[in-house]
Amino acid sequence: MSAVSPTIEAREFDAGAQALFRYVLRLGDLSLILGQRLGEWVGHSPALEEDLGLANVALDLIGQARLLLTYAGEVEGRGRGEDDIAFLREHGEYLNAILAEQPNGDFGQTIVRQVLIDAFQLELYQRMTASTDPHLAAIAAKSVKEILYHLRYSRGWLVRLGDGTAESHARVQAALETLWPYTVELFAEDELDRMMAERGVAPRLSDVQAAWLGRIDEILAEATLQRPKDRPHSWHGKRGQHSEHLGYILAEMQHLQRTYPGARW
Amino acid sequence: MNAMHAGTLDPPTTPASAPADGDRRVSLAWGALAAVDDPEIPALSIIDLGLIRSVELASNGTLEVGLSPTYLGCPATEVIRGSVEHALGNAGVGAFAVINVLSPAWTSDWITPEGRRKLESYGIVPPERSAASLREILHPHRAVGCPRCHSTDTECVSEFGSTPCKALHRCRACLEPFEYFKCI
Repeated sequence: MSAVSPTIEAREFDAGAQALFRYVLRLGDLSLILGQRLGEWVGHSPALEEDLGLANVALDLIGQARLLLTYAGEVEGRGRGEDDIAFLREHGEYLNAILAEQPNGDFGQTIVRQVLIDAFQLELYQRMTASTDPHLAAIAAKSVKEILYHLRYSRGWLVRLGDGTAESHARVQAALETLWPYTVELFAEDELDRMMAERGVAPRLSDVQAAWLGRIDEILAEATLQRPKDRPHSWHGKRGQHSEHLGYILAEMQHLQRTYPGARW
Repeated sequence: MNAMHAGTLDPPTTPASAPADGDRRVSLAWGALAAVDDPEIPALSIIDLGLIRSVELASNGTLEVGLSPTYLGCPATEVIRGSVEHALGNAGVGAFAVINVLSPAWTSDWITPEGRRKLESYGIVPPERSAASLREILHPHRAVGCPRCHSTDTECVSEFGSTPCKALHRCRACLEPFEYFKCI
């Protein structure tokens, strides 16, 4: 008995830790890549207030990413810290849904992407505060408070632009058509999502989706926008298959750490 | 770094103390912490802001100080942590560890009455009480009063101000801009 069970337990633990590691990367990478994208607006926003707003949201997202990637490194147990994981992985090792890496486009497109992801994170993390994983529950509880302000900001702008001029309405409606297909991946439940839900680590994505859709419909109605039709999708960012855009993001984001390994300031 | 875990500083500056000495070390630590100001709003100490969650003597003789971040991405968080470690080291409290406490999450309700008074006299409107409900944050309706002329004819210029914790407002009556410490 004692000769066999430790090996099995060790193997089971490894498999479980590996799954949790990948799941936490999905969460952390979504925040990291979206935060990096928003950071591109610094110095380029339509007004100083929006420069501040987008930069503040980006900071919060990178704060979430730091906690999540640090935790991922601990779960993995190979001594990697947040910086190693954020800056020294390859393209295919990032597990964010590819909505996060889509280009900023104009301010309206950035706002549409933000509303879609803010509402997703809000519904996800509200439920994750009851996670059986105490680390994730604590990170979720802290994040929810900040995400509420993110959604307040993005929603406010979407309503102003959607219910604004003919030009602003047409632009955000077009952005919605462009980005909507990518939302399908957020809720496409695979084996890993199912495993996390069964263990009580994460909520069921179908529950998150129903609540998300209700919230999005309410916002779109107020913004006088039409929800696009769902179409079949084949995005697999959550499994490491990304659009071409991620490579450009990583080239910029990783440049310093790859050129000067271990650099600190 | 050290996001969820105890970060220990270099070797203790004073020899490990006897248990009877614990109370003295705890009160020394509180005294040292009271002198640590928030780097962004220097009118307030980190105790006024409610960032210090606990100061306790662990069974191994380490003095454990629980510190909460206000916002996850706030750059001041690391500055505060550094200042706390520096202050505790200088105060000679013996071996200590600063622990990052995420749960329960910090709320602006924990700003002390003294802290609220200091915020106000510094020209920053203190946050509304009891972290607003989801609906309240998403559908703001109450106007924030101007700290200068007390008019409620004000508008929000930017949801995000010079720091993550503040929003930028403007008074339509006296035309002065002012900051509001957000309820979180």
